[in-house]
Amino acid sequence: MKKLLLTGDEAIARGAYEAGVTFASAYPGTPSTEILENVAKYNEIVSEWAPNEKVALEAAAGASIGGARSLAAMKHVGVNVAADPLFTFSYTGVGGGLVLISADEPGMHSSQNEQDNRWYAISAKLPMFEPSDSQECIDMLKTAYDLSEEYDTPVLMRVTTRICHSKSIITPNERQNVPIKEYKKNIQKYVAVPAIAARRRLVVEERMAKLALYTESTPHNRIEPGGRIGVIASGMCYNYAREVFGDDATYLKLGYTNPLPNGLLAKFAEQVDTIYIIEENDPYIQNWVERLGYKAIGKPIVPPYGEMTADVLRKALADNLGTSQLPTISYDEALVVPRPPVLCSGCPHRGFFYELAKKKDTVVAGDIGCYSLGFAEPFNGIDYIVCMGAAFSSGHGTRKALAAAGKSTRVVGVMGDSTFFHMGINGLIEVLYNNSDTICVILDNRSTGMTGHQEHPGTGRDIRRNAAHEIDIETTCKALGAKHVTTIDPNDLKAVRKALNEAYERTEPSVIITRWPCVLKPMSQEDYNEFGEDLFKTKYKVDPDACISCRACIRAGCPSTSMDEVTGKMVIDSLSCVGCSVCAQICPPKIAAISKEGGS
Amino acid sequence: MTKSILLVGVGGQGTILAAKILTLGLMEAGHDVKMSEIHGMSQRGGAVSSHVRYGSKVHSPVIERGGADVLIAFEQMEALRWLGYLRPGARAVVNSLAIKPVPVLLGNAGYSDKIPTELESKADTTILDAQGEALALGNARALNILLVGAATKIMDLHDIDWHAIIANNVKPAFVEINQKAFSRGQELV
Repeated sequence: MKKLLLTGDEAIARGAYEAGVTFASAYPGTPSTEILENVAKYNEIVSEWAPNEKVALEAAAGASIGGARSLAAMKHVGVNVAADPLFTFSYTGVGGGLVLISADEPGMHSSQNEQDNRWYAISAKLPMFEPSDSQECIDMLKTAYDLSEEYDTPVLMRVTTRICHSKSIITPNERQNVPIKEYKKNIQKYVAVPAIAARRRLVVEERMAKLALYTESTPHNRIEPGGRIGVIASGMCYNYAREVFGDDATYLKLGYTNPLPNGLLAKFAEQVDTIYIIEENDPYIQNWVERLGYKAIGKPIVPPYGEMTADVLRKALADNLGTSQLPTISYDEALVVPRPPVLCSGCPHRGFFYELAKKKDTVVAGDIGCYSLGFAEPFNGIDYIVCMGAAFSSGHGTRKALAAAGKSTRVVGVMGDSTFFHMGINGLIEVLYNNSDTICVILDNRSTGMTGHQEHPGTGRDIRRNAAHEIDIETTCKALGAKHVTTIDPNDLKAVRKALNEAYERTEPSVIITRWPCVLKPMSQEDYNEFGEDLFKTKYKVDPDACISCRACIRAGCPSTSMDEVTGKMVIDSLSCVGCSVCAQICPPKIAAISKEGGS
Repeated sequence: MTKSILLVGVGGQGTILAAKILTLGLMEAGHDVKMSEIHGMSQRGGAVSSHVRYGSKVHSPVIERGGADVLIAFEQMEALRWLGYLRPGARAVVNSLAIKPVPVLLGNAGYSDKIPTELESKADTTILDAQGEALALGNARALNILLVGAATKIMDLHDIDWHAIIANNVKPAFVEINQKAFSRGQELV
């Protein structure tokens, strides 16, 4: 077949297809999101968005027990959510092969932490692959499914942002015909009660002992001969190391990394005088090498944080290797202004944060989504962010602590619609059950916005955008027993103010749902029916004669609004304005300089 | 020898399609090609970059500081932001457009008018009104392919049927305008 240029995420999807995978589930999260989006393009694979990563892995585990080759994909922090089923499924083993993709983020381009999920392979006792490019994503995934079934174990594939989001050339192949195994009840294997699990615990040890032999012979671990300088690397770091050490070094290229190959390391060590270990984040390989008594140069000379791109390595290894950074062009850096991400023109979160920011004596518990940007200028509207779905639960805890200290400070928890279904719903149960007056706000933009507009249980569409059962957030909150549930249009500042004021007056839990679509999401006919046929099709303009340059509208932080440097009057960029009207509502009524284009 | 092309701009300007056209052309010409891009939180309006590397065997998909042979900048301040990634002697093709970042919109910082001069004095820079040129051809959004056209001329990538690559990878309604924009870009450098 014709060669293709694929990202790692696309290649993993291709690998799943070629490996005969029948079931795949995921919750979106950068940099893993595109895996399931591309898996869903293959009609042979049942492809689903799950409400969270734990559910995704459990569904994949169930499909495996049911006899199908199955896949679950998630970002690194998602594996924390899925850790509970992961550790036990390691004991029960699989029916059809199961691979969990963990997409880690050295450098934290779009994450709240750096986390080296290779440790999960050790603690959950799982075989692990680390591909270095898109072709290896395919090849290793196919190997992983065979291994999963032969050794009766889930398999972890650890990739990183630069694997997921980098393209390289692959050769596609036909899909393997892998029939779904006939389901057989087997309680001695699958029922994880203590007596059975204790016996499976021994099976796990036997399995890892056999895999200790596999790791020595797999072609995914190999010595690439060169000079007397030795380099050990896995994943994308292998490519970075090649840039810096070139063809004169001898490489121990590790693609299968739990358990690691003691024998191959001994052979490698005989061929070199010095050993460098190039890995991102934790000293995972280094701990193993040093435990076996070899001296190696790695952490902390190689930084334990960030990406180990060639320039980082050249700097870090300057004293050891004599490398220097490439010459660069120097320039007047003072001329460059930061360009931070901002809420888009027409973002439905803008109106809400504009009003929330005015509230005094308030703590705002934030969450993971585009609305995290509410923390920044001009709103300064979030006090803390912990993790996906933590806004209501952590907000509840803060409120209880403040109450215990005798303070009347109010707490507002803010999360998105997808986040509510992910784990946030548990936080609302916490607020209701343990009764605090925490104000729970669900910013429902009808989409999983930040990761690129994936569907979720509240949108009425499935991963292929076919009609699906829609779970209504307001009904759900009321069904949990919340007495005060208000749904508002966040572009209507009066309505936002009213809802917040009413909630502040109560001594019971309040839920506010702001319902307006993300400006960038693919709109459906239902969206136009609900939000109007002119949705995002109108524009606003400034009357320069009326504008008094008070700059009030700038406090909306809209990228379409700016001050004309010559006249000092405000201007709205008519290309990017989509008519949310927030700036027009902020403009003082006596001035009323902002109005709808073509309107009266 | 691996060559590196760095494309930088502001989210929504079409850097990803530009990088796609470049990489597919290079692959068809028989090069090993790798491409890396960072996207995530900044859906629209944030700084974006795509790294394209090609040669007989490419290892890292990421361009290191001092490693880019050509910079294609879709916005002038973004060109300056990434100037440290160019090797001395590298060429820069810069769209003259200025898009104000939010700190400037909020009045907390200024957008200097010295940027074009700074670029021209520090690197071998060609500044084009890519947006205006594309608009004159019929669609301002074709500025991305116009810049790709300019860059391929600078890099002497003539043995590739770029018009066919464009025809196979953009929506039928936009093929002609993008082919025109590509050719115009080649004329301008």
